[in-house]
Amino acid sequence: MVKKREILISGHGINLKAGGRTILDHIDIEINKGEIVTVIGPNGAGKTSLIRVLIGAIKPDSGKIIKAENLVIGYVPQRVNISPLMPITVKRFMSLTKKTSPIDIKSTLSIVGAENLVERQFHSLSGGETQRVLLAHSVLQNPDLLILDEPVQGMDIGGQVRFYTHLERIRKSLGCGVLMVSHDLHMVMAATDKVICIHHHVCCAGEPEKVRQDPALVEMFGEKAVRSLAFYTHEHNHAHDGASNRDTITEKSDAAS
Amino acid sequence: MLLLDDFLFRALLGGIAIAAVAGPLGCFVVWQRMAYFGDSLAHGAILGVALGFFLNIDITVGIIVICLFIALLLAMLQRQNRLSSDTLLGIFSHTSLALGLIAISLMQDVRVDLFSYLFGDILAVGKEELIWIYLISAGSLLVFAYIWRGLVAATVHEELAYAEGINIGLVKLIFIAIIALLIATAMRLTGVLLITSLLILPSAAARRFSSSPEQMAILSAFIGAAEVVAGILASNTWDIPSGPAIVVAGSVIFALSLIIKPKVN
Repeated sequence: MVKKREILISGHGINLKAGGRTILDHIDIEINKGEIVTVIGPNGAGKTSLIRVLIGAIKPDSGKIIKAENLVIGYVPQRVNISPLMPITVKRFMSLTKKTSPIDIKSTLSIVGAENLVERQFHSLSGGETQRVLLAHSVLQNPDLLILDEPVQGMDIGGQVRFYTHLERIRKSLGCGVLMVSHDLHMVMAATDKVICIHHHVCCAGEPEKVRQDPALVEMFGEKAVRSLAFYTHEHNHAHDGASNRDTITEKSDAAS
Repeated sequence: MLLLDDFLFRALLGGIAIAAVAGPLGCFVVWQRMAYFGDSLAHGAILGVALGFFLNIDITVGIIVICLFIALLLAMLQRQNRLSSDTLLGIFSHTSLALGLIAISLMQDVRVDLFSYLFGDILAVGKEELIWIYLISAGSLLVFAYIWRGLVAATVHEELAYAEGINIGLVKLIFIAIIALLIATAMRLTGVLLITSLLILPSAAARRFSSSPEQMAILSAFIGAAEVVAGILASNTWDIPSGPAIVVAGSVIFALSLIIKPKVN
């Protein structure tokens, strides 16, 4: 628990405007080594923009981003829209920015159980397969920090649980920090060190337990979230009792139906 | 070299060199859905020709300057998000063509064969020009090979490429510069009005027979060369204009590619 705090990346007072609208308003964020930080917030709250700013792909209007020296980021984007007119196999995709040996490609894909996809065309993959290949690709960079943007979006519950299991194993073996964007409160609370709720500005931030009780969270997510949160609380108790993942799945799918 | 004295041989040699660049370049035009963008730059080339005459500099330089200017202006306007990209491109494409035509018509002291700029005239290519075509094509291909991986990565996902250390801005700028150079040389082959087909037809035909970006690029170069050879020979045999003949040859090859069963997916 008590590890030496080593900041991988931090943003201070990040402001971003686009087309006269405020996208990010004074956002502070910090990710330490080995830590899982989750950014939550409703759609259009500026979560993906925040990630783009942290990566450096867009410059904020003001604010500062400090990266650890030689920080390697593994990035799992929300969506990859490759034109069907572009032929590209999973194997070639794994060598996207630098040439990688076939052995490394195979072994990395096998971490996420995707080694059988190696010769498949990228645009023929299902949503879940795509996300696993993207995750494997980010692992190939040997990152200090993994950044995932809504990685389980569109996956069925079983796929989500498998994905998070792979992620946890990867995090442990690489010892990297994880920054994840999600609008799924449910999964977030279960395995996260720090939660940051944003709706253009930071609504509330801190440990999941603390954030859960923050009225700003309920306010932000509205009526629906209150129910979801109550539901989550129920489940959280289960987790403390040592309930398995399977129980979680059943409960969630029950709630969904 | 006695063979170079033959106009038909010179035309074939020049055409093949241009097709070898246009094929791989055209793959990106297809992948990034920038056909209209290519059109705008090509039409702008007429303005570049006028600029070249006006400033008394090489028209290739004029074309590159105008193409880069159009690309930058477009990028700026697209960022503002007021008009959709295809509307902007439509405005640019025809405005630059119209301006170029007016500018050239105002230059009374230079005799310009406008028709050859619009539709090409590869059968008139001279020895010195042929050497230039080869130098520019070889240089373009070298630089293109150098930025290849980064460009493919940026086409797949810009932020992903950026996060992994690709200098997106530089790669894009070089790409546009190579397109501008190609337009400058290909103007001789098909003329500015038909250049886009030189970019698109070979890649469209190559798609179904390729399983990787690299395969598709190389195949496009060969298909492009075949189109050029077929077009020039047809033009010589039946005494028809060479530029349009090349484009029609390309369309025929594309149609054939739809009939042939590919081995890969």
